[in-house]
Amino acid sequence: MLPRLSPPQLAFNRQDIIMSILRSLTLLLIALVSVLSLPASAQEDDPGKALLNNLAEVPASRVEEAINAIVSSGDERARGWLEAYGNNRLSRIDDTGQVVIVLNNRGRDWEIANPLTGENMGEMSRRELDRIAINNRIRGQLEGILAMLDLNATDPDVREASAQDMMGKVDASLVEPLEAQLEREENASVRNRIEEALAIYRVGEGNLEAVDVLAGSLHPRARAALNEAVRSDNPALADKAEQALASIEQKLKLNRAAETLYFGLSLGSVLVLAAIGLAITFGVMGVINMAHGELIMLGAYTTWGMQQLLPGQPGLALIFSIPAGFLVAATAGIIIERSVIQFLKGRPLETLLATFGISLILQQLVRTVISPQNRTVVTPEWMSGSLVINDALSLTLNRLYVLAFALIVFAALMMIMRKTRLGLEVRAVTQNRAMARSMGIRATRVDIMTFALGSGVAGLAGVALSQLTNVGPNLGQNYIIDSFMVVVFGGVGNLWGTLIAGLSLGTINQLLEPWAGAVLAKIIVLVFIILFIQKRPKGLFPQKGRAAEG
Amino acid sequence: MWLTRPLRERSTQIFLGVLFAALAIVTFLHVAMPEDSALYVSAYTVTLLGKYLCYALLAVAVDLVWGYLGILSLGHGAFFAIGGYAMGMYLMRQIGDRGTYGDPILPDFMVFLNWQELPWYWLGFDMAWFAFIMVLLAPGLLALVFGFLAFRSRVTGVYLSIITQALTFALMLAFFRNEMGFGGNNGLTDFRDILGFNLRTDATRLGLFIATGIALAIGYVICRGIVTSKLGRVSIACRDAEARARFLGYRVDRVQLFVFVVSAMLAGVAGALYVPQVGIINPSEFSPLFSIEVVVWVALGGRATLYGAVIGAVLVNYAKTVFTGVMPDAWLFALGGLFVLVTVFLPKGIAGLLASRRKGKQDEQDTPTAPSTTEATA
Repeated sequence: MLPRLSPPQLAFNRQDIIMSILRSLTLLLIALVSVLSLPASAQEDDPGKALLNNLAEVPASRVEEAINAIVSSGDERARGWLEAYGNNRLSRIDDTGQVVIVLNNRGRDWEIANPLTGENMGEMSRRELDRIAINNRIRGQLEGILAMLDLNATDPDVREASAQDMMGKVDASLVEPLEAQLEREENASVRNRIEEALAIYRVGEGNLEAVDVLAGSLHPRARAALNEAVRSDNPALADKAEQALASIEQKLKLNRAAETLYFGLSLGSVLVLAAIGLAITFGVMGVINMAHGELIMLGAYTTWGMQQLLPGQPGLALIFSIPAGFLVAATAGIIIERSVIQFLKGRPLETLLATFGISLILQQLVRTVISPQNRTVVTPEWMSGSLVINDALSLTLNRLYVLAFALIVFAALMMIMRKTRLGLEVRAVTQNRAMARSMGIRATRVDIMTFALGSGVAGLAGVALSQLTNVGPNLGQNYIIDSFMVVVFGGVGNLWGTLIAGLSLGTINQLLEPWAGAVLAKIIVLVFIILFIQKRPKGLFPQKGRAAEG
Repeated sequence: MWLTRPLRERSTQIFLGVLFAALAIVTFLHVAMPEDSALYVSAYTVTLLGKYLCYALLAVAVDLVWGYLGILSLGHGAFFAIGGYAMGMYLMRQIGDRGTYGDPILPDFMVFLNWQELPWYWLGFDMAWFAFIMVLLAPGLLALVFGFLAFRSRVTGVYLSIITQALTFALMLAFFRNEMGFGGNNGLTDFRDILGFNLRTDATRLGLFIATGIALAIGYVICRGIVTSKLGRVSIACRDAEARARFLGYRVDRVQLFVFVVSAMLAGVAGALYVPQVGIINPSEFSPLFSIEVVVWVALGGRATLYGAVIGAVLVNYAKTVFTGVMPDAWLFALGGLFVLVTVFLPKGIAGLLASRRKGKQDEQDTPTAPSTTEATA
């Protein structure tokens, strides 16, 4: 009863590929020619015209054949035509017999378009138009046909999406073509989808084996079908469906746990990024820099500025912002070190106050020079969207990138501190300044370099944060307390401690959030750290040996 | 007696003399001068000065722990705010059925949130004596628990500063929550009267101003008494050489705890006097920025002098009033600049400047000198 569909694109043998290339070349040529002011003759040659005319002319009994012809032509425009047909928007001009698509059928004059070229043909009185009739039976089948049409698309993502669309919508008429489709389909994930779509229908029919297929699916429609089956009169089916549901629930739990872990690690990576620069300046050098948050803010604003300089190229701007953010923040850090901090050596509480003053000045500077309002930083296309693992779990890409970025920054810092001359000198100066100086290390220079490094990393954090949160004058303020908590919790002077502390605090926060709410979770974490510091004042991983004596 | 000793001291006498003279002059100018006179002090100004005096008391409390104990508390705003909330709860209960919703017991915000009955921690706040005791007890208790944990495990220096800041930050987040039962974001406001006096009359305002002045005087004398007593000397020893004091057999943690709790209570009183004068208490008083601002008042006035804290608090807040009126954008620049300038160029504050002027005379008795900055924080 329904048209057999035999689309050409699905078997990817060489001939077909050549054919399809040829066809697209022809289409291109046609399009080109039609642009070159020969529209009439080009349209005469368009096979679509014959197909549409056929659809318009055949008697109701043979409409299916006409639709079949359109579908099996493999024409890319077929979907638009059939959609218009289903919506009563395919009409014929009385005089010329030309088939047109009605764009707007309100009022007396209808706006129409050429179905072959898509070109808008202006308005025409509705009296001059003759609607191409469609009966309800055909209309009911059209939805399935359209979905089947998408199942033949070249792009596997489109095929998968359309198969997913079909889940729960399969009726008796679609079973046979879907099975045929399954034979031809080579992409595993599309096959899965089609099998699931079929299984949902079969479970509804009381098929026991289909329950097994659905047991492996995490899609909500599969669960809905199983829930239906549990309530069915067939005890065997209900029993089996119940088991399947239980196993799905198990898997869902696992996926939810994975999702929480992911969000926790993501939040943790933000904390690590914000705190890691502080771990250098505070942890290694012992300088309390309350303006650290504002250095992060400068990095974020650098990203914004870079995007203003390179409009329309957010991705490129973001990549340029990484070195730029580092340099801007590092320069600011050097200025702060030279103008204030060097005079307060050995007076940590005074340093705290002075740098807090600097943070106020920087905030107000941004408010005055740029704006007190938040700025929008565009997320480049390759960073938006999400990585779909399965129906229940998808990871947002921007967070994934930030997580990776945090780990890279951490690894790079670790390398610098462990393997380079600068790292060696920094450790020497912090452990015994006088001794290091008498060994010929220029302590002042090391101070500047270390502070610049820590500040630069704060700038990098800002670049990353600009992709996750609002960029505004208060950006830094929101992170300063958290950053200090992470460094102190992890153990001052210990980069590994900072990494572990950041990731675990982020995860704890996310674990608490579902039942405590965001604010309460944060309060609990803060109180936890306060109590923890009482118990172990030197943090998770206290420094040992010579380094601890300083 | 440790409390009367300061009264025989020259510096305390001068301080009290200046303070009471100021109170008397303001009162006289407010009451006796005709309103159109240039010398007339309006009720607005009286309340503003009262606010400064509250801040001054808070600054004295901070100076007690920072100047004489070496603990840089970045969370004293929390004690100030808790004292303020205790007073606010009393004032809320005094509104009675005159609120917008007319509920005789529940404050407006609770009616608004559909609360059926008063939470247990609100009970008793309709009685003034209970509320005034809580003004001292609530901040004192928090300081006791927090200090007990912190000092017992010898958390000092920068670490202590950072966790006090975390404490006030956590409390701010907590008080922002509606579920806490303290009015959430909006805090407590719309007060009517205190001890039966209408809060909106000039006379009550003047009374509160004078009460604040007296509280400041008492607070000053108490602090002065502590720092000149034997306990105060031990506390200074803890500040300058904590380990050495411990080895000499002093229970450093107990000294720290005692001074810290007293300071928190003073801060609570300051908050309690502040609330009826400004007419509102909300969680923004918990903000870390406010607490750290208090420290800079003390730093500007001169650490470990007590009277310096008063000078700093009044000066900075006067500047803030002027700046925010004339050019609001410049205030944070000025405040930030103040932080930097004071720490880099004026490590001993204004009091230090004054002291170096009279160096030749050297008639000071046993005033403990300001800590040499390097030692104090080591």
